[in-house]
Amino acid sequence: MSTVDNTMKEANDGQEVCKKKRIPAEVSILLVLVGISIMFEILGWIFVGQSFLMNMSRLQIIILQVSVIGIIAIGVTMIIITGGIDLSSGSVVAMSAMIAATFAQSSSWPKVISPSLTDLPFVIPLAVGLAVGAAAGFVNGWLVTKTRIPPFIATLGMMVSARGVARWYTDGSPVSGFTNEFAMLGNALDRWMPVVIFIVVAIIFHVVMRYTRFGKFTYAIGANPQAARVSGINIDRHLIKVYAIAGLLVGLAAMVAIARIKTAQAGMGLMYELDAIAAAVIGGVSLSGGRGRIAGTVIGALILGVMLSGFTFLRIDAYYQDIIKGAIIVTAVIIDQQRQNKRKKTT
Amino acid sequence: MNSAAVEETVSVSGATPPRDHSCEYVLEVVNVSKSFPGVLALDDVQLKIRPGTVHALMGENGAGKSTLMKVIAGIYQPDSGEVKLRGETITLETPLKAQQSGIAMIHQELLLMNQMTVAENIWIRREPKNAFGFIDHSEMHKMTEDLFDRLNIHLDPDAEISTLSVANRQMVEIAKAVSFNSDVLIMDEPTSAITETEVAHLFEIIRGLRKQGIGIVYITHKMSELFEIADEFSVFRDGKYIGTHASANVTRDEIIHMMVGRNVDQMFPKEEVELGEVLLSVKNLTLEGVFNDVSFDVRAGEILGFAGLVGSGRSNVAEAIFGVTPADSGTVWIEGEEVHIKNPNDAIMKGMAFLTEDRKETGCFLSLDIQENIQSAVLHENFVNGGGFVDQAKLNIESEELCRKLRVKTPDMEEAIENLSGGNQQKVLIGRWLLTHPRILILDEPTRGIDVGAKAEIHTLVTQLAHKGVAVIMISSELPEVLGMSDRVLVMHEGRVTGILDRSEADQVSVMKLAAQ
Repeated sequence: MSTVDNTMKEANDGQEVCKKKRIPAEVSILLVLVGISIMFEILGWIFVGQSFLMNMSRLQIIILQVSVIGIIAIGVTMIIITGGIDLSSGSVVAMSAMIAATFAQSSSWPKVISPSLTDLPFVIPLAVGLAVGAAAGFVNGWLVTKTRIPPFIATLGMMVSARGVARWYTDGSPVSGFTNEFAMLGNALDRWMPVVIFIVVAIIFHVVMRYTRFGKFTYAIGANPQAARVSGINIDRHLIKVYAIAGLLVGLAAMVAIARIKTAQAGMGLMYELDAIAAAVIGGVSLSGGRGRIAGTVIGALILGVMLSGFTFLRIDAYYQDIIKGAIIVTAVIIDQQRQNKRKKTT
Repeated sequence: MNSAAVEETVSVSGATPPRDHSCEYVLEVVNVSKSFPGVLALDDVQLKIRPGTVHALMGENGAGKSTLMKVIAGIYQPDSGEVKLRGETITLETPLKAQQSGIAMIHQELLLMNQMTVAENIWIRREPKNAFGFIDHSEMHKMTEDLFDRLNIHLDPDAEISTLSVANRQMVEIAKAVSFNSDVLIMDEPTSAITETEVAHLFEIIRGLRKQGIGIVYITHKMSELFEIADEFSVFRDGKYIGTHASANVTRDEIIHMMVGRNVDQMFPKEEVELGEVLLSVKNLTLEGVFNDVSFDVRAGEILGFAGLVGSGRSNVAEAIFGVTPADSGTVWIEGEEVHIKNPNDAIMKGMAFLTEDRKETGCFLSLDIQENIQSAVLHENFVNGGGFVDQAKLNIESEELCRKLRVKTPDMEEAIENLSGGNQQKVLIGRWLLTHPRILILDEPTRGIDVGAKAEIHTLVTQLAHKGVAVIMISSELPEVLGMSDRVLVMHEGRVTGILDRSEADQVSVMKLAAQ
């Protein structure tokens, strides 16, 4: 045993307390956003001969486009954090829009769908839209928890059915002629209303996810459902809440969208679900659940918006836009994956 | 180099190929160092394995055992130093190269394809082909049977892996390793999840392999296994090689001393505590097909040990009491009042806490940080206000203080829990339940897979809790732990309570008698 004694040193009992500076993942995504903006600015001066950023109306269009997708993406982010997915949001936008729109028409419009429901105060169509969205979300959540089918399938079913409801509700004819009061939802505050709604929603849910029990439960379920259960969390009830709230946000997005463009169509919201998921993923939300932040998703949505606007600004063909967009989404996930691997290897 | 081992030998039906016994060591690791960003995982270590011996690798979590094994198995490349197989230096760029050179590793988390059959798993990439170049399933079946005969394994080659128990999956892994005619077989804590009978069978197979001249590297945390199966052992600590000894002439205390670097004088710091009122009383609890008619009491300040073989229903009783899988019939009383616990939340509200058996599966939130992990069970009460807002400031202070008390080794509370060692993870999980200030604490395998130092700390902590009047139920597969810590020992066998022994009458023999009937 002598060799042992020789090589033995007293175990270092004092704990190492070296505080590492932690940079939140959102900062790096924000840098990407800044980088892309600067890139378009430079390319703009070279190829178009004008500034990309110093153009108020362009910035307003970018952020307006982002608002609708952004509101949806906030709900989708919560679902993804629980380890789920929501493919139905685009179709639910159309369904909520079509149903709510029939409650929002003005009696002065020549093609009124239901004459008994004209000139109602704006809260009625708004409430109807939110309720339809929340109901769809509730059904998604109920299917996921009570029948145990994967969220992918449950929301795929909802995606197809909700689109069907949207078409059937008015036999495919679009609904327009909203009351001025309702149209304010999309145009008040010098047309900044959707942006204000988006920012308010983002702040509320950022706080909810970080500082409330609801948020903590959401992360815990996504990180490890079994451990969450043993920690006393009622998983089914919580998941249904999350899906219903996400649905509610989809309903809200639909209201903002139709109020802004002043018409509801059964075909609207196509591919919104994928844009929302893309915004979350670009924003660092992990598809395996348990990781991600609302702030990241907001930045992710902005990146998508800036890209779209930048391509149009540079007069890049729409086909190329889609090709590049796809590549960006995949790149974002690759980077995220590597970041996670690095996290694991540091110890 | 042994050419028979290099080529992918398909036929194992014949006799074992002759092994070259001329070398003193079948495997030698010389001055190997390996570092990761910020950590020197292996610091100039060595290891020498003789053919036909079982060589145990001992050390606390984080000592470098796993890293060293990954170097030998070709998963990591060493920064410096060399690995010699049968006296010749080899470079192992990939796990496949290591496997083909005759080094096989059986990982703790078994790496089998669950949806494929036993035979398919064993012969993957080496499937026998018929004249048309298609896979010859009947030949593969026969080859598997021959292999199993040699190893005395009784499994259906066509069974799907997902239908097998953990122990049987391990047998498949061993058979697969042997099918490569490996010279060196590395086993990483093979007994951590299997029953005592299965352990006996495993040891039988290991002895058989030893007789065939294979050098077996055996990583374990269990001291008793070292004395039972190992011929020699090497100790590692903090990435450094401490020494190699024959297991016949050392004592338990000496090994612990080498592993920890200091004396762990008292393994079980049991103290006499004045017992209080009966806090928890379980009467005739039954869950059809799992356990039957289970009754017992636990008093304030008492530690009630649960002993019994794996699969005897110990953990199921705990899960039923805590509402994870509620029982079909029977009653649970807390402080003389009957309670109806339908889910874990009810149990927490009644002052119960439950450290589950499987740290990874039902304990940790691996993607979250320490803070979030330690706080997950207290979001129901004192720390949440009316609006559902969490009193983060107050909670953070309490959790940080607790981590300090539990001596969790971490730079800060925002460290991801997956970056902690097993022992530290366990401390965080225990912290999670202490934060709820439980009156009844159920610990299921509180020290499984964690190192000696952390073990002793957890035992001390449990003793302190008993002092404060907490009623503790401690389930453990390690009999010395149950005997050392408990005031009374409840023994289960096939879902029934076969006896409750007082501390004075409980010993290895009396407990095993009740446990094995």
